[in-house]
Amino acid sequence: MKRHLVSVLVQDHPRVLTRITSMFARRGFNIDSLAVGRTHLPGVSRISFVVYGDDRTIEQVEKQLNRLIEVLKVVDHDGPRLERELALVKVRVDGIEERLELKEIAEAFRARIVDVARTALTFEVSGHPAKIDRFIEELAHYGVLETMRTGALGMDRGERVLRLKARKEAV
Amino acid sequence: MTGAEVLLEALKRQGVEVIFGHPGGAIMPVYDALYRRRDLRHVLVRHEQGAGHAATGYARASGRVGVAMATSGPGALNLVTALADAMMDATPVVAITGQVPTGVVGTDAFQEADVTGVTMPITKHNYLVTDVNDLPRVVAEAFHIAATGRPGPVLIDLPKDVQNAEFAGTFPETVDLPGYKPVWKGHPRQIKKALEALRGAERPVLLVGGGAQGAAGPIRRFVEKSGIPAIGTLQGLGVIAADDPRYLGMPGMHGTYAANQAIHEADLILGIGLRFDDRVTGDLSRFAPRLRTLIHVNIDPAEIGKVLEAQIPLVGDAAWVAERLAEGAEPLRIEEWWQRIRAWQKAHPLRIPERAELQSQEVIRAFGEATGGEAVVVTGVGQHQMFAAQFYPVKRPRSFLTSGGLGTMGFGLPAAIGAQVARPDATVVLFDGDGSFQMTLQELATVAKYKLPVKIVILNNGFLGMVRQWQDLFYDDRYSEVYLADSNPDFVRLAEAYGIPAVRVEERAALEAAVERILASPGPVLADFRVVPEEGVFPMIPAGGSAEEMILEPPKEVKR
Ligand SMILES: Cc1ncc(C[n+]2csc(CCOP(=O)(O)OP(=O)(O)O)c2C)c(N)n1
Ligand SMILES: [Mg+2]
Repeated sequence: MKRHLVSVLVQDHPRVLTRITSMFARRGFNIDSLAVGRTHLPGVSRISFVVYGDDRTIEQVEKQLNRLIEVLKVVDHDGPRLERELALVKVRVDGIEERLELKEIAEAFRARIVDVARTALTFEVSGHPAKIDRFIEELAHYGVLETMRTGALGMDRGERVLRLKARKEAV
Repeated sequence: MTGAEVLLEALKRQGVEVIFGHPGGAIMPVYDALYRRRDLRHVLVRHEQGAGHAATGYARASGRVGVAMATSGPGALNLVTALADAMMDATPVVAITGQVPTGVVGTDAFQEADVTGVTMPITKHNYLVTDVNDLPRVVAEAFHIAATGRPGPVLIDLPKDVQNAEFAGTFPETVDLPGYKPVWKGHPRQIKKALEALRGAERPVLLVGGGAQGAAGPIRRFVEKSGIPAIGTLQGLGVIAADDPRYLGMPGMHGTYAANQAIHEADLILGIGLRFDDRVTGDLSRFAPRLRTLIHVNIDPAEIGKVLEAQIPLVGDAAWVAERLAEGAEPLRIEEWWQRIRAWQKAHPLRIPERAELQSQEVIRAFGEATGGEAVVVTGVGQHQMFAAQFYPVKRPRSFLTSGGLGTMGFGLPAAIGAQVARPDATVVLFDGDGSFQMTLQELATVAKYKLPVKIVILNNGFLGMVRQWQDLFYDDRYSEVYLADSNPDFVRLAEAYGIPAVRVEERAALEAAVERILASPGPVLADFRVVPEEGVFPMIPAGGSAEEMILEPPKEVKR
């Protein structure tokens, strides 16, 4: 079972996300993470998600997505790609020594401290989801209080671009 | 113009002639507009499920989009089964439902239900219209989506305030759906490949499904020219005429021995407009074990490769593709293959067991002979349905209407109503079970109201026969909750209570004359055929089995 990162362009209509997630659930596709946001194109949103599956499964994921009327484009980023996730992590901190240790770990992961309190530090970290996994693992020892992750965002490297084609049908 | 008037105008522009529906509070503005509009016919049903199945029957018999209408909440939810049914069997239906006013949506208002939410997974698409000016566009899109690609149901949920709102928009000339572009023309390269593969095949078979109902002309030409053995699924009956010498019958669980054997031994399957449902394939890992080439023609790319890998996928419209195949076909040199098939046909033809009592199969055969296979046949779900598929010699496309994918008991009577409305001059014969019939029998009132000359044939075995058969075969005769005879109504008096003439037939000797009288009657008739209570449908491949496990005969004496 391979890990796939898939991007979907959709019309940003009400419930379009529900249509997609309900289809995933109904067809038994196992989604690892999911992210949504607007794009520079008016009326078009982009969803990216991570799914594990063999070629047959991924083919069905793509086809079943394409079956949805509001789905404009589906791409499995199977070539060189950029993959980024953003996370906020709140950690318990006890004493100046721990504070320094945590700062060091953060530097190693290029994480930023975005909030400081007497017994807690909050980090912002971005990167490949696997890197964020490792970062959180490193912090486990200190006591992770809270995490929030965006889900992976993806894009092909180089000049490959997700484009739309429009077409009109006669009534 | 109000939203309600806009809706009706938009429907009219789509060529709608008839709406099957039932009114209620949240759809009253539309019914009020309908009252003032003479050029749209409305058929009043007695339960919204009936409206849904009637729209389905109308669509399947005519090839056009069927329209159903209901009020909000309970009315709309009563449509749910029929929508799921239409989705499974790829039937173009547009459902219009009233909704509570936009201002109170989400507040659990009186008769509010999240109908777009509920129907999301069982419709091809659905809409909640919040701006009256969107309405003409939404209606145009709904019909376009319902009728093209893999056809299916589309629901439009219309809040009451939108129905009353003043319209200030325009009616669009085109549909602009950037995310929906069904492929109509099959790829020429794939067609060439398919023809080449056919030429090289030693044991080819053709399998046609419901998606081929609109392609009977070119498919028949292709069969004629190539001489390929042809098989029709439950939804594909009538695409190839039952009396065509190249026709082997139905595949799958209750298919013919020859059809299943041919698939089992085939090296090439050309499948047009079907989705290889598990009732056709049984255990996938043992389905068609000698298959080398599957040519899968379907307008929906998602159906190709969903259950079976296709060596030659061919996305496109069945008629368009079949036309090209017919053009390019050459006579196949498969005499040896045909000899084997003929031997299978001879060894195990469909048989009617010899019994003292009247049997469903005989009744169906009698109607088949009397109508020459030319009637529009509609069925319920159960043994009688399978018997009808086996023994009614369907001659024409769009004339065997049955609930296949969902297997909806109660489909029969309302679907027959829809078919008769679509084709007023056709002989519509409904073969229904005593159990199935009772799930929607309130539509007898609809039959009576519009004097629809449907011939309602109840194959009354006093049992939920198909379930009883499984209990007989797989549950050691434990007949759990399948007995109906002690509490079935007197169907003859029931029909008469609705003003529908009715007869009861109990004896073989009376069969032929009764069938003649029923068919000769100009109006509706209900016939209560008392058939042998404990009968089995055979042959049978048990669920999840393969052609090798086909049970040809009842495994033991059928008790009585
Ligand atoms: C709505 C619904 N409920 C239950 C079933 C399960 N089921 C399939 S066939 C059958 C028995 C049908 O009985 P009847 O209509 O009398 O037909 P018969 O098999 O006796 O010919 C049942 C209960 C179903 N298909 N649909
Ligand atoms: Mg029965």
